[in-house]
Amino acid sequence: MTDPMISFEGATCPLPFNHNDLIVLGHGSGGRMSFDLIRKVFLPSFANPILNTGDDAGLISLPQSENNLNPRIAISTDSHVVTPLFFPGGDIGRLAICGTVNDVCMLGANPLWMTVGFILEEGLKVDILYKVVESMHAAAVEANIQVIAGDTKVVQNGKADGLYINTTGFGIVPSGVNISGTRAKPGDSVIVSGTIGDHGISVLAARGELNFETEIISDVAPLNGLVAAMLDVTKDLHVLRDPTRGGLATSLNEIAIQSEVGIIIHEENIPVKPAVKAACEMLGFDPLYVANEGKLIVIVEKYNAESVLAAMKKHPLGKDAVIIGSITDKPEILVTMKSTYGTTRIIDMLSGEMLPRIC
Amino acid sequence: MCLAVPGKITDIYVSNGLLMGKIDFGGVVREACLTYVPEAKLGDYTIIHVGFALNLIDEKEAFETLALLDEISKQDLLE
Amino acid sequence: MRYLDEYRDSKLVLHLVNEIKRSISQNWVIMEICGGQTHSIMKYGLDQILPEEIELVHGPGCPVCVTSLEMIDKAHAVASMPEVIFTSYGDMLRVPGSHGDLFSIKASGKDIRVVYSSLDAVNIAQANPDKQVVFFAIGFETTAPANAMSVLQAQQLGLKNFSILTSQVRVPPAMKAILASSNNRVQGFLAAGHVCTVMGFWEYFPISNKYKVPIVVTGFEPVDILQGILLVICELEHKTHQVINAYSRVVNFEGNKPAQKIIEQVFTECDQKWRGIGKIAKSGWKLKSEFKDYDAEVRFQIHGIQPIESPLCLSGQILQGMIKPIECPVFANQCTPEHPLGATMVSSEGTCAAYYRYGRSL
Repeated sequence: MTDPMISFEGATCPLPFNHNDLIVLGHGSGGRMSFDLIRKVFLPSFANPILNTGDDAGLISLPQSENNLNPRIAISTDSHVVTPLFFPGGDIGRLAICGTVNDVCMLGANPLWMTVGFILEEGLKVDILYKVVESMHAAAVEANIQVIAGDTKVVQNGKADGLYINTTGFGIVPSGVNISGTRAKPGDSVIVSGTIGDHGISVLAARGELNFETEIISDVAPLNGLVAAMLDVTKDLHVLRDPTRGGLATSLNEIAIQSEVGIIIHEENIPVKPAVKAACEMLGFDPLYVANEGKLIVIVEKYNAESVLAAMKKHPLGKDAVIIGSITDKPEILVTMKSTYGTTRIIDMLSGEMLPRIC
Repeated sequence: MCLAVPGKITDIYVSNGLLMGKIDFGGVVREACLTYVPEAKLGDYTIIHVGFALNLIDEKEAFETLALLDEISKQDLLE
Repeated sequence: MRYLDEYRDSKLVLHLVNEIKRSISQNWVIMEICGGQTHSIMKYGLDQILPEEIELVHGPGCPVCVTSLEMIDKAHAVASMPEVIFTSYGDMLRVPGSHGDLFSIKASGKDIRVVYSSLDAVNIAQANPDKQVVFFAIGFETTAPANAMSVLQAQQLGLKNFSILTSQVRVPPAMKAILASSNNRVQGFLAAGHVCTVMGFWEYFPISNKYKVPIVVTGFEPVDILQGILLVICELEHKTHQVINAYSRVVNFEGNKPAQKIIEQVFTECDQKWRGIGKIAKSGWKLKSEFKDYDAEVRFQIHGIQPIESPLCLSGQILQGMIKPIECPVFANQCTPEHPLGATMVSSEGTCAAYYRYGRSL
């Protein structure tokens, strides 16, 4: 009978088994196994001069800014815990890179460097880790960003859904660019870069709990290229926001609160793929609240709207971009939507979790 | 109550002794129980509530309703 | 989407509104008893384009809202038991009982799972033979065939670990109770289209004859609802009180016979407590005694439930159409979707939630 007092906390593996196919606790111990894991799995994908030095921190030199003022740095951190790890259109790795790239470029910054921390569950197949890391490499190349520091921990079986990833991204904000959720002004136009709800529905389908199939794939993508194209038209973008969890509706509410304005959007202009609409009808969801991972909201002066829109539509990630509404001077009613019948309804933030309903 | 959505029957089979089918809602497909619409055929439209078909959609009735509504619209335009 | 988009057409909607305006000459009070119709009216803002003469009142048509507090507390008690996997339609997770909701029980580590279909709950029972799987079988007549089938399927598969907690409610008795009340102001009804898909609409003739109210079987899309309202108005203006089927693409007089047969096989009529309203005679269904092996109340012998309703919640008056949510003193301040005091604020079909989400300060 097992002694109830024994603990596995301090155990180390006494024999030098090559655990090549499964993550074990030893991989997180900081010793030879951790070193081998970094060398075999992480470095091939993330190699760059900064990371290759192998120090505890990545050392960067900030570029001189154009007007000799101190460069402004945008920093964002995020943790990624999505299940399943792989879903149509992406995986947790791609999500991690793109999510943080997008958060950084929502300030207009050019995302340059990233740190990545892994929490791996004991028993995770190394093969899966390889696939995730390869996907992260591909996304990093697409976004033109370097991973310059990293960390790995291993937790006991049952404690991490396979793996969790934390990322922190850094970017330099070009001078003359002042993008913030506080800058929406009455009269501004509100533009969304494409169809909403794709990511949330594709992950829900992949999870399998609600047992439906769909051709929808996640839209997870790095948006810094699209943002750069927009900044080429004008540096005076007022607000950028990527509507992730909580959807378009929640992001618009956040902006309305930050800027102390009202926002009115027009239902007939909101782009939704027919299959996303169908899934939402079936479950009783509203696409306005479903997560996106490759879309952005931009708010600009009305006279810049058409030219910004044209630049977006030329970019592959903005081809379905459309003006959906405008900023009003009625902050007391926050976000409203006009229907095709001319009626108006309040669009609130997402309250709690979205659950399929029978009513 | 009650959320029931129209969809097209694209497959019919028996599973665990129950008449089941695949329903296409327009880019989203889900299994549903067809026990309550035993006369269902492939290509029929039905309304699905919590994974069960409640009735087939009567195309003729739908057409007549829309024709009636069309009449109302024409009347309205004349006013 | 076919059979949806046509019934949302904006031109048709506007023509119908104009026809209603032309047909109406005085004030009328119309009630819908269907959370889905309430949701639709609020979501599309139909009450904003209807003429002022029409007062739309929302009845107790949300099964989530009317499930008795006692039953919610029983559900919470069962869900908290070890070795139980508690399965439920999504709507029920946030409904407050006397102490918290299913979400908070889930957060404390209990196994609570949302299912889209009752058969998914049966599958969970099959896959977990060492656990007790309980399915929260709530609903109006629309959902009864699905809930009943789960029991028959469990029986067919020889499952010993599956049971249901039943809270089935019926519309016609509720309609009668509302019409019989001395406070009643309702002059015409939109009958719930999907309830009638299952049950037919033959039950409404005696009601309309006795109380002299027109009843129109109505669908859920904007065109359906406006058509239903138009037909009720025409009846009222002509001082007639017919029962009319305006949802004929899925509803027929007798309803769905195979579904009714299964309901009769599994359930039997009973008195039912409606949250916020009280007991309405013969307004519910419970499992027949031959299915007691699948009755969670028998299996788990839950006793000592003392329901404590928030004294501030006026759901009852709202469900009977006596007041509107904005007339409730705690609406949108102490009672919000994040901190609901009663079920009408929790359910996305609940009148209070619909008003809060769509119309509170317009």
